[in-house]
Amino acid sequence: MFGDSIFAAMSVLLFTIIVLLGAFLAGLVGSLTGLGGGVIIIPLLTLVLGVDIHYAIGASIISVIATSSGSAAAYVKEGITNIRIGMFLEIATTISAIIGAVVTVYINPSYIAIIFGLILLFSAVMMIRKKIDHSDNDTSGRLAVFLKLNGTYPTENGMQNYAVHNVIGGFLMMFVAGIISGLLGIGSGALKVIAMDNIMRIPFKVSTTTSNFMMGVTAAASAIVYLHRGQIDPGIAMPVALGVLTGATVGSKILVKTKTDKLKIIFAVVVAFLALQMIYNGLTGRL
Amino acid sequence: MSKEKNFFADRDIQIILGTLLRVGVIASMTVVFIGGLVYLAFNHSEMVNYSHFDSVKAGFSTVSDIFIGLGHLKGSAIIQFGVLLLIFTPIMRVVFSIFSFLIERDYLYVLIGAFVLCVILFSLSNKLVG
Repeated sequence: MFGDSIFAAMSVLLFTIIVLLGAFLAGLVGSLTGLGGGVIIIPLLTLVLGVDIHYAIGASIISVIATSSGSAAAYVKEGITNIRIGMFLEIATTISAIIGAVVTVYINPSYIAIIFGLILLFSAVMMIRKKIDHSDNDTSGRLAVFLKLNGTYPTENGMQNYAVHNVIGGFLMMFVAGIISGLLGIGSGALKVIAMDNIMRIPFKVSTTTSNFMMGVTAAASAIVYLHRGQIDPGIAMPVALGVLTGATVGSKILVKTKTDKLKIIFAVVVAFLALQMIYNGLTGRL
Repeated sequence: MSKEKNFFADRDIQIILGTLLRVGVIASMTVVFIGGLVYLAFNHSEMVNYSHFDSVKAGFSTVSDIFIGLGHLKGSAIIQFGVLLLIFTPIMRVVFSIFSFLIERDYLYVLIGAFVLCVILFSLSNKLVG
């Protein structure tokens, strides 16, 4: 988008201020749309500031841990985390996140940018699509019973039972989500929604909070790999983590008061634009 | 109604865990913030160069390096220490979940939780990055 020559020589102070502001916006938009801060901060760092995508990934994963852990306390009041579902699926996500994080540095940055752009486009589509609760209390498979995944959650009319379906399918989808998370340094919430809401047919109240629970643990697994490799640079991680967390906190306060349907469409267009930029830069080998 | 009772016990544990996570995030971000101030105070006029990733030039990329840097009160080491605290926050959640499964005598899930923890600890052992 911009030649990196403009920003080639920048002082630490200026860089920190710009990234702090950008990360604040990313956190704000990420929490208003439900996309998460990571998918927005990475294009900002790479396209606008000319930061190598491997550094951007390392900084982004830190912000994923901060926002998911920070919002967990708030989530406890609204929904019910199914710790068993979370823990069982973490077998898939931690292993695959580590694989993704180990592999990512051997992949040409251009390819990473293209994969990132495609995931971003997919997330934008998922964001504006109307979510349908597929949950029911039909008999679930033997595996779900064996693993004690079925549960209850409180509603206005008392406790509601729910049954978990297609455990193997959900597990495999989570494996894919973990790989993407490790490769790109994002929470890959959109893929987790597919796995939990569409494949396993878990009710929203349970899937949102359980996905959040898993996100922090999954991100921690790949963050350790990034840290060891030197992808987490303190000069970038500091403003990104502080900015995204502040933005996300402000966003969650606004979210309660405003209807976000129209906002979401505007943001979806912006996100789609960023995605196409990432893909274009990847294809032309500029990232 | 033992099931009902179990549910509320679960909820108590979750509220404690939620608070724990929040404390972890606030503590680690405070450390990052302080480290950031120290870092800016000493390095603000340096030029940044992040255009090409170089795993060799990275400092403070192991736990022991971070602690050595902390001893010298280096800003970037303080930031990395905050990052380390943040990474350990969700890992603590796994540890606590294993304990709560142990209390419930759900040994299948103690095993599953322990496996997840082992996967994370394996990546911590620094054998994965050449």
